[in-house]
Amino acid sequence: MPEARASAELTNRVGLHARPSVKLTQIAKRFSARIEIATSLDGPWTDAKSPVKIMRIKAVRGEILHVKAFGADAASAVAAVVDLVQRNFDEE
Amino acid sequence: MERRLIGKAASPGIAIGRVVSLRPVSGVPRAGAAPDLERSALRQAIEATKQNLRSMVARLAGDEAAILEFQIAMLEDPELALEAEQFVGEGQPADAAWLRSMDMEMARYRASYDVHFRGRVSDLADIRDGVLSHLRSTPEHDPIEPGQIVVAEDLAPSHFLRMDWTSGGGIALRAGSPASHVAMLARARSIPMVVGLGEAVEGLTGLTVLDGETGMVIGSPVEESLTQAQAQALRLSVGRREAEQRMREPAVTRDGKRLSILLNISSLRELTGLMPEDCDGIGLTRTEFLIESALLDEEAQFRAYAALVRWAAGRVVTIRTLDAGGDKPIPGYSPEGEANSFLGLRGIRLSLSRPDVFLVQLRAILRAAALGPTRILLPMVTLPEEVGEARSLVNIAAEQLARAGLAFVVPPIGIMIEVPAAAMAPEIFPVDFFSIGSNDLEQYACASARDALQLAGHAHNLHPGTLAMMAHVTHFARANKIDLGLCGDAAGNLAMLPTFLEMGIGSFSVAPGCVAELKAAIRNHRASDGTSIVA
Repeated sequence: MPEARASAELTNRVGLHARPSVKLTQIAKRFSARIEIATSLDGPWTDAKSPVKIMRIKAVRGEILHVKAFGADAASAVAAVVDLVQRNFDEE
Repeated sequence: MERRLIGKAASPGIAIGRVVSLRPVSGVPRAGAAPDLERSALRQAIEATKQNLRSMVARLAGDEAAILEFQIAMLEDPELALEAEQFVGEGQPADAAWLRSMDMEMARYRASYDVHFRGRVSDLADIRDGVLSHLRSTPEHDPIEPGQIVVAEDLAPSHFLRMDWTSGGGIALRAGSPASHVAMLARARSIPMVVGLGEAVEGLTGLTVLDGETGMVIGSPVEESLTQAQAQALRLSVGRREAEQRMREPAVTRDGKRLSILLNISSLRELTGLMPEDCDGIGLTRTEFLIESALLDEEAQFRAYAALVRWAAGRVVTIRTLDAGGDKPIPGYSPEGEANSFLGLRGIRLSLSRPDVFLVQLRAILRAAALGPTRILLPMVTLPEEVGEARSLVNIAAEQLARAGLAFVVPPIGIMIEVPAAAMAPEIFPVDFFSIGSNDLEQYACASARDALQLAGHAHNLHPGTLAMMAHVTHFARANKIDLGLCGDAAGNLAMLPTFLEMGIGSFSVAPGCVAELKAAIRNHRASDGTSIVA
């Protein structure tokens, strides 16, 4: 099964907060791949399609967000998530 | 009989209307049934809550819609009800299981050290109560009619947004805070609001007057109180309209003194809809917000400062160098883990400890100054050596720009007066201008944290001791013909305006939303004596 990985720094003002979490899950749900995120390469890895779980990470600005995906569209899924983070979730 | 209650003002204006009480969702606890039935009751309640929120979102836009979209996304996630379904499987009724799981979820947010995450507890409470009201088959709340005064323990953002405020109304809360989400929404929609009224709100019924300027709530007002409130409400609405119509005119007192009104700015967006003619320039640029993600990016900073200078079209633009630290940390720049960050490495102290970062900012300011009148304002200055070191770095920045062949101007350099010791010894500073930062001056003078002061609400006046310090530095500036202005929140406090004018302050820098009303108040002012005013 195709697998893809990438990482990006959270540079938006509030981190992985309410609105950014919603945007991230909306993008993740466009892909069939299983997508997981973590703030450490050792995990714990969190389902990127669950806003409840993402909010529990409480990732703040300055932390590195690691993304991995498994499935046919894994590469484009990872690229889309990293792009959202690098665009500061279109907030600023 | 008339009853008068005093709370904290949270949103200005006068509301006159009938009281409607919002009771917290209680309802009758469920008796419980077989786990399968309870599980499907929970799912139906979540579905119904989602539908309610969706129909509300359809009528909203911007921030208001986004707050509810977050709640919908949480309710759509099966993860949210997972724990509750587990408790149901163990034999608990659906409502008890839901309450227990949501309280656990809220505890996780409360434990966060990040203020943004802690702030979302109220959204979770909102979600919890919406679902609970369906599980206990009580209507979510009494229907609210336009113009009514809503009385409650606290008010969730979704409840506020669900109500029809188009015909006015007011909010009186037993608890609550002027810093809450719902207070922000109320101010944006000009709905008068008073919080922290205590248990006495229980007794409010019938016709009630709510004054969001003073924090006063009058239950069953006598004829005289009612007439007074109606007249005051009329004055406020007419006054606001007149003030806005005359915003472009200069601020001149009734005895003919021309005062300067400048803007406090944190982002370029805040200038949307404003014309430079509305003000006399920019009195404070909070660069820690404007360029916080571009500390080492000279071009990005230059573009931001240049945009301000071009906008001002010949009026002065005052750029305060980074005031990070204290309650405004910048990750990776301001120190972490200081025992007392308000008394530590912040403002100019932090900038001087990081000349690599400071020089980038100074070069960008010097380049922007070539495009129009600009001033450099140094924050948290305590010692004359700090000004001297900053001047040396300004000279180095100028040399670097000259070598690079870039256009620049070395602008006037001034300091914030916000450390009490500096306010009492202004003569030790070799500077071109002073700007009084009343927020920090007050908090350092009174040994009271800024957020504790915020809790005192909008009617908060400065301590006489703070005023004495301000008078001292103002008199020194007048005697020595050094330019002086006031840029803290107190500059927009109309109740204190006569005090400041009498003191001799002639320049006020305020949030863009305060300009119209401040100018109107100045037009109504006549000095009792003929003292001259420093421009």
